[in-house]
Amino acid sequence: MDALPDAPGKRALAVLAPLVFALAPLQLGDFPLSVLNVAGIFVLGTIGLNLLTGYTGQISLGHAFFMGLGAYVWAHFGGHLGLPLPVWLLAAAVAGGLLGGIISPFALRLRGNYLAIVSLGLVFIGIHIWKNFESITGGATGFTGDTRAASVGIVDFGDLEVAGRAYTVDQSFFWLIWAVVALGVLVARNIVRSRPGRAMQAVRDHDIAAAVIGVEPARYKVGAFVVSSAYAAVAGALYGSYFNFVNPDHWNLFLSIQFIAMVIVGGVGTIFGSVLGGLFVGSVPRVIETYGGRIPLIESLGVTIPEFNAILFGVVIIGFLVFEPDGLAGIWFRLKARLRSMPAPLTKEI
Amino acid sequence: MKDFLQFLVAGLAVGALYALVALGFVIIYKATGIINFALGALALLGAYLTYNISQTWGVPFFAAVVLAMAACAGMALLIERLILSRMVGRPTFAVIMITIGLAIVIEQGVIVIWGGATLPLDDPWGLRTMPLGDVVVAQSDLARIVLAGALLAGFFALFRYTTLGVAMRAVASDQEAALAQGISVRMIVGITWAIAAAVATMAGVMLAAGGRGVEPSLGVIALVAFPSVVLGGLDSPIGSVVGGAVIGIVEVMTAGYSERIPEFLGANFHRVTPYVVLVVILLVRPYGLFGTKAVQRV
Repeated sequence: MDALPDAPGKRALAVLAPLVFALAPLQLGDFPLSVLNVAGIFVLGTIGLNLLTGYTGQISLGHAFFMGLGAYVWAHFGGHLGLPLPVWLLAAAVAGGLLGGIISPFALRLRGNYLAIVSLGLVFIGIHIWKNFESITGGATGFTGDTRAASVGIVDFGDLEVAGRAYTVDQSFFWLIWAVVALGVLVARNIVRSRPGRAMQAVRDHDIAAAVIGVEPARYKVGAFVVSSAYAAVAGALYGSYFNFVNPDHWNLFLSIQFIAMVIVGGVGTIFGSVLGGLFVGSVPRVIETYGGRIPLIESLGVTIPEFNAILFGVVIIGFLVFEPDGLAGIWFRLKARLRSMPAPLTKEI
Repeated sequence: MKDFLQFLVAGLAVGALYALVALGFVIIYKATGIINFALGALALLGAYLTYNISQTWGVPFFAAVVLAMAACAGMALLIERLILSRMVGRPTFAVIMITIGLAIVIEQGVIVIWGGATLPLDDPWGLRTMPLGDVVVAQSDLARIVLAGALLAGFFALFRYTTLGVAMRAVASDQEAALAQGISVRMIVGITWAIAAAVATMAGVMLAAGGRGVEPSLGVIALVAFPSVVLGGLDSPIGSVVGGAVIGIVEVMTAGYSERIPEFLGANFHRVTPYVVLVVILLVRPYGLFGTKAVQRV
């Protein structure tokens, strides 16, 4: 990768993004930061699912299971044993990848519809395990950590203090989460633009044709499962640490559906879209929950805010799939193409 | 032995409901190649419509069930026409997600209209039991087996002997060939959705009967019925009946003999047995007992 990209827009982004990253926590209050933090965790999970579903064409309703797995890896290594952040974050990635690798042979035997059903079974079996494996998961009541265990060396994101100034958990976790997101985006972009990524897309478009041109579908399906599960597990571990609490019922089918919705709303098969989708689906419901009382329309319909949110969620999924299958990223790319093809301004005389 | 017979009847009753929902999945899958995740929500809607027609409007119970089945079928037809028919030729993934979106909207719509509380269905069976030989069985369980059996028999008769049934089978085996024979594929797909919704309504109502009442979580039956579909084979109507019965019996037996289940499997293990069976089937026979094995030629 070049140190600085050559397109002017991208160069501006390369300068602006770190600036926003560094300054946002200082400017925003704890509520908007907490919304962005949760959205960032969702972005990570969405990138993982997009690699599997968007790039490799494997429908998985089991993403919530792997996120839960990661959360419990944090619970054991971080919240319980108090090991530092790099240890449990890496352990979560390894555990997620390993289990994804173990489960993926099932997936290899199945396509489309069948895979969706089976991965759905994973979520239910998962919740059963989380509720019964009490020594690590805390059972049905959930697990509360002794510590967030969010320290790297002397920097503790759970209790950040730099040069005599203390920062809230929401502020410091913004830096932590979005740094991991940036890393996740970088890794994913490099995967999809190198041979494995091209091979994954070949498998998605036609796995038999891919096999004919020398891409072994099984290998890349397993690989996509491993990477995708690792992303989900890392997201789950961050989630556990951020809230310092893990609830077994959280890793349910609805969470899996939310992830698929984020992939669709953002744009199937684009990493940039995963970021947009995670931000949009991850933050809009929370914003409506908090400020929905001020929207007069909702109350006059006789619908409570959670109901409104759920209906909106369903309608957004259907709406995007029917009218805008390329998602937010598709809208963005179209807008960009239109701007670029506009005639040059008249003031610029030759 | 007495316990065993008791569990067998209860298991068959649960299985009968799974079979109804599974049949709904299978016929839509055969006609269109997609799994309709909105079926559970349609079962839920059907149960609430039955409640509304019989309790609020005072129509006799059985007439209310029939009216609700018709209304739910109409609703499904409308959904198919307005939304799903636009999705022809789009990836499976997209169509499955549309049905999931529909499920969420219908389920929340039901909660908005009728509220989230449990409503009494006041069905003719309630909590009453009756002796059957040595064992005592719940009347509602018997009603489940009898009504589901009758409905399934009716469907198979229609599928086997009527012109509509022949048309449905033609569409299932080859849409283009069916079109060439003058069959309106669009109409058949719509009718398939309607039949699936009607059958699911029956499942929803019978699930609520016997003292449980109508409540928003009834729709979950569709998710629990998936293992039955996979066991029987995704494209086999008769498989859905066999799959439903087997899964129902396995689930109730695991619950009934829970004291003999090893402790490390955890409490309420019976709730996940359908999924455990699912995993085992996929290891042994990925395309189910009666399903067509997908053949790939290069």
